Amino acid sequence: MGITGKAAVVGVYEHPLRWAPHKTQYQLMAESARGALEDAGLSIKDVDGLFTSGVGPMGIVALAEHLNLNPDYLDSTSIGGSSFVAHTAHAAAAIAAGYCTVALIVYGSTWSSDRFAIGTGGGAGSDPPDQFEACFGPTTVGDYALVAQRHMHEFGTTSEQLAEIAVTMRRHASLNPFAKFRDPITVEDVLASRIVSSPLHLLDCCMISDGGGAVVVTSAERARDLKKKPVYILGAAEACYHTSAGCRDLTDAAAKQSGPKALARAGVTHKDIDMAMIYDSFTITVLVTLESLGFCQKGEGGAFVQHGRIGLGGELPINTDGGGLSSNHPGMRGIFLVIEATKQLRGECGERQVKDCRLALCHGTGGTLGLRHSGATLVLGV
Amino acid sequence: MAEERKQRKPIPRVDEESKPFWEACARHELYVQKCRHCGKVFYYPRSFCPEDLTQDLEWVKCSGRGKVYTFTVTYQNQSPGFRENLPYVMAYVELEEGVRMLTNIVGCKPEEVRIDMPVEVAFEDVTPDLSIPVFKPVGK
Ligand SMILES: [Zn+2]
Repeated sequence: MGITGKAAVVGVYEHPLRWAPHKTQYQLMAESARGALEDAGLSIKDVDGLFTSGVGPMGIVALAEHLNLNPDYLDSTSIGGSSFVAHTAHAAAAIAAGYCTVALIVYGSTWSSDRFAIGTGGGAGSDPPDQFEACFGPTTVGDYALVAQRHMHEFGTTSEQLAEIAVTMRRHASLNPFAKFRDPITVEDVLASRIVSSPLHLLDCCMISDGGGAVVVTSAERARDLKKKPVYILGAAEACYHTSAGCRDLTDAAAKQSGPKALARAGVTHKDIDMAMIYDSFTITVLVTLESLGFCQKGEGGAFVQHGRIGLGGELPINTDGGGLSSNHPGMRGIFLVIEATKQLRGECGERQVKDCRLALCHGTGGTLGLRHSGATLVLGV
Repeated sequence: MAEERKQRKPIPRVDEESKPFWEACARHELYVQKCRHCGKVFYYPRSFCPEDLTQDLEWVKCSGRGKVYTFTVTYQNQSPGFRENLPYVMAYVELEEGVRMLTNIVGCKPEEVRIDMPVEVAFEDVTPDLSIPVFKPVGK
């Protein structure tokens, strides 16, 4: 039972573009797929499992058509930005079960050039809770801000501590040639940026970019003969937290449920993790996720992220690519968590390489922490 | 202007499960539900108990009082109905009945809102048949 060590990430590709008005979403997906397959030394004809999200209800079939694939296994689990972290685990499970052998996980988005107001737009959906929410003006930023405000109230967390996260991500981005924002910022810069939804400032928020990425997963057996060092999938878990019929503790995230399970399944503990990719839609997302995963006690996240602990050279470097706060965030960012963790574990990160990186944890958050969200944790290792 | 704003804000899409709740709001009364089987008090309304899926439920009339559990002052929202009314306060209010509901805080300056501030329900009539429950500081 379990998926530990049965499959490996063997190819990754992050599309270098952050602004692609001249490309379509499916073109970004195809270009990313080609990049990841080249990285693995495989061809598109080897792919028999297809995974995507961020497309329409039948979008995965359209994607198969666009790539002229007839996969044996299809999965378009759509749980928000974390989807691709979940897909990576689902791919490992499908491979372990013998349902496919080469899984392609792919994402592409032109949300920036399409001018989607994903952070500060609203509008009503048609799921049951929407009628009790949309009329009060929730925005993505506002939903996370509700959590930040409560966290500050309960634990004394400060805007300076949240800003430290943005500053660290920017420092990492300065070492990533493809990152969108590379000029260093200070805590003062974050605090001086305008408030979008209190207590979150503009620089507490991720950007909206275009972009794409792809990940190729295959069996451990097949991985041994491919181009790159296999990065094994060791453990994973998912969860979702919501309004809990009116009783939700807003300062807990789904990571609290998925994190310990994923680590246990991988047979490792927090202190074994050399680096982590923590979905950073907002600074508060990182802080609450680190607490919920158990890297520090609840309420201690503010102190934890200070004094360089989450920066390169620190105890737990996170988001070495610069994250959604500074590198890219094309609507959903989960795939980039898996891509950067894989590059770190292969030792391909140049100036931003974490020394002796052998175990990495990815945690994706989809939806909004303040209303409802999914969490997907993945432990990778070499 | 105010009328136009009210028409453009998203109007709750009332369904069979939520109808009694919205009908009460139209009378400016706030109700939550309680399961007769297990005693669970819950929000938002549905046709079954979210603990045990039984349908033996009763409507509980709320005192209308509660306190701010958390809030945010929103300065940016491009959507119609909100962009004309910035900044506004979105909040979770914890009702005396024990459940938390998403709402707006009105009747005071946004910068006066605090967590734990006592509030009471007020109703904003968005159409002749529909009112939404918002909250204002007690006594305002
Ligand atoms: Zn019950």
